[in-house]
Amino acid sequence: MDDLNERAARNRKIRHAVSIVILIVLFICFIFPFILVLVNVFKTKADITSDPLALVGAHGFTLQNFPEAMKKMDFWRSFGNSAFITILSTILTILLASMAAYVIVRNKWKACGALFGMMIASMVIPFQVLMIPLVSLYGGVFGILNHRATLIFMHVGFSVSMATFMFHGAIHTNVPIALEEAGTIDGCSRWQIYWKIVFPLLKPTIATVAIIDAMAFWNDYLLPSLVLARKELYTIPIATQVFYGTYSTDIGLVMAALLLAMLPILILYMFLQRYIVEGVTSGAVK
Amino acid sequence: MDTSSMSFKCKQFLMFAGITTVTFVAVVILPFIYGLYLTFTSWDGVSRQKPFVGFANYVSTFADAAYWQALGRTFIYSIIAVVLVNVVAFILAFLVTSGVKGQNFFRAGFFIPNLIGGIVLGYIWKFVFNRAFVAIGESLSIGALSTSWLATTNGAMLCLIIVSVWQYAGYMMLIYVAGFMSVSADVLEAARIDGCTNMQSIIHISVPLMVSSFVQCLFLTITRCFMVYDVNLSLTNGEPFNSSVMAAMHVYNQAFTYKNYGTGQAEALILFIVCAVVGVLQVYIGKKAEVSA
Repeated sequence: MDDLNERAARNRKIRHAVSIVILIVLFICFIFPFILVLVNVFKTKADITSDPLALVGAHGFTLQNFPEAMKKMDFWRSFGNSAFITILSTILTILLASMAAYVIVRNKWKACGALFGMMIASMVIPFQVLMIPLVSLYGGVFGILNHRATLIFMHVGFSVSMATFMFHGAIHTNVPIALEEAGTIDGCSRWQIYWKIVFPLLKPTIATVAIIDAMAFWNDYLLPSLVLARKELYTIPIATQVFYGTYSTDIGLVMAALLLAMLPILILYMFLQRYIVEGVTSGAVK
Repeated sequence: MDTSSMSFKCKQFLMFAGITTVTFVAVVILPFIYGLYLTFTSWDGVSRQKPFVGFANYVSTFADAAYWQALGRTFIYSIIAVVLVNVVAFILAFLVTSGVKGQNFFRAGFFIPNLIGGIVLGYIWKFVFNRAFVAIGESLSIGALSTSWLATTNGAMLCLIIVSVWQYAGYMMLIYVAGFMSVSADVLEAARIDGCTNMQSIIHISVPLMVSSFVQCLFLTITRCFMVYDVNLSLTNGEPFNSSVMAAMHVYNQAFTYKNYGTGQAEALILFIVCAVVGVLQVYIGKKAEVSA
């Protein structure tokens, strides 16, 4: 019996060790591309071309790529555009979606049912089906492309159905109706009840929606590239493209640009890692 | 206050959901309907007129060999990528829930590719395939690596699949992790006492109880792979010789490069219908296989 237990324990240890080894190997494979960028960003163009695998180039360590890349992609302006669009779109999505979800959950009106039904149904429509009419409508008919506000408006329109769906679930299960009734007795209007009682109770869902949407807005390429054609309006994903337009690609600058494009979100991830992983999971499982 | 009057209802609805309704309808519903109309017109993107052409766009869609090639290519790519993403994700999820040290660290690490947009990921891998792999191939004199995979027809497809697996595996892993966690420890304990090996309890207990995770992951990966665009654009841009143009990229080019908006929209619509049918079919079959513990 002891012998059996011992063997089981030994087996478990071996399995454990094998698991760790496999995990480490896979982990290295997963971050290999990022490591490669990190190594090459500090090399000159000639060194990258001659040996992209060397840790330090023949010409030594250089920071030269950064200022040039930042200038070429107009980094601070693109960063500002991206930040402005992401933050405003996220806030608006949260406010509008949670308000709509509240009125939908608490009333059995026809308008509420119709709106919610349309939102659920629309969630299966991929952006590629809407992009051509979107451009013909807002570019051809209304002529309001090339404004950050137009992009924000569209970001909100595309993400509001999913967000409403999530807030709908949260209000349905997490906001006790008795609390609202107490508010009504104390003389609160519906508007006050919403802001003073319901909205504060939605914090976990607000965090989830904020994380999912902010990441989607920050990284989105296709929609911004269709809406924003003027260079001074470019967001970061569009700006990284400028390095590939010309005939000779300066690979050193590309490395710097890619690192700069990743850095803000990676830094955020270091601090908010738990929330991001949790938020994405709970958003996906819904 | 009369809370059942029509004007009260209207006011309340508009106050809470008015802007939302307008935004949503203007950005999603209106373009969707307008898109249906566009498929019956021929528009070049510039002129004011949109002449009505009946079913001509659908006829030219059916005659557009490049479109069907792109669609077939997307099918092949999606099938391989979807299977591999889910296999890798499942293995990762198993490994990071097996109780090893630092499993949270590994989970966080495998998720990193999902933080970054497809455009940037594609450019990073372009560098890896074009430069790093070639350098490895040259220094170790491995023939298969010494020229860039992106330069050959099958190689470019392989690269797209590799990047997609790498990109989505971490995300799907999280869903499978949630699935593994939801399998109750009691059931697994009972199986162990009955003499199940680890492998047996995964195949006969965990997997059947995790069907909903599989359905969800498959749906997400199918829809994403079918609609792939960003990585396609930055990694291969359809090269070499348009052999890696996926359906979404073909639609984009049809409308915005060749200025056939009507045909492009008709092709987008067909792509969407194909994707939706596959996705819904998969969910339907999966739901039937679901068991309750």
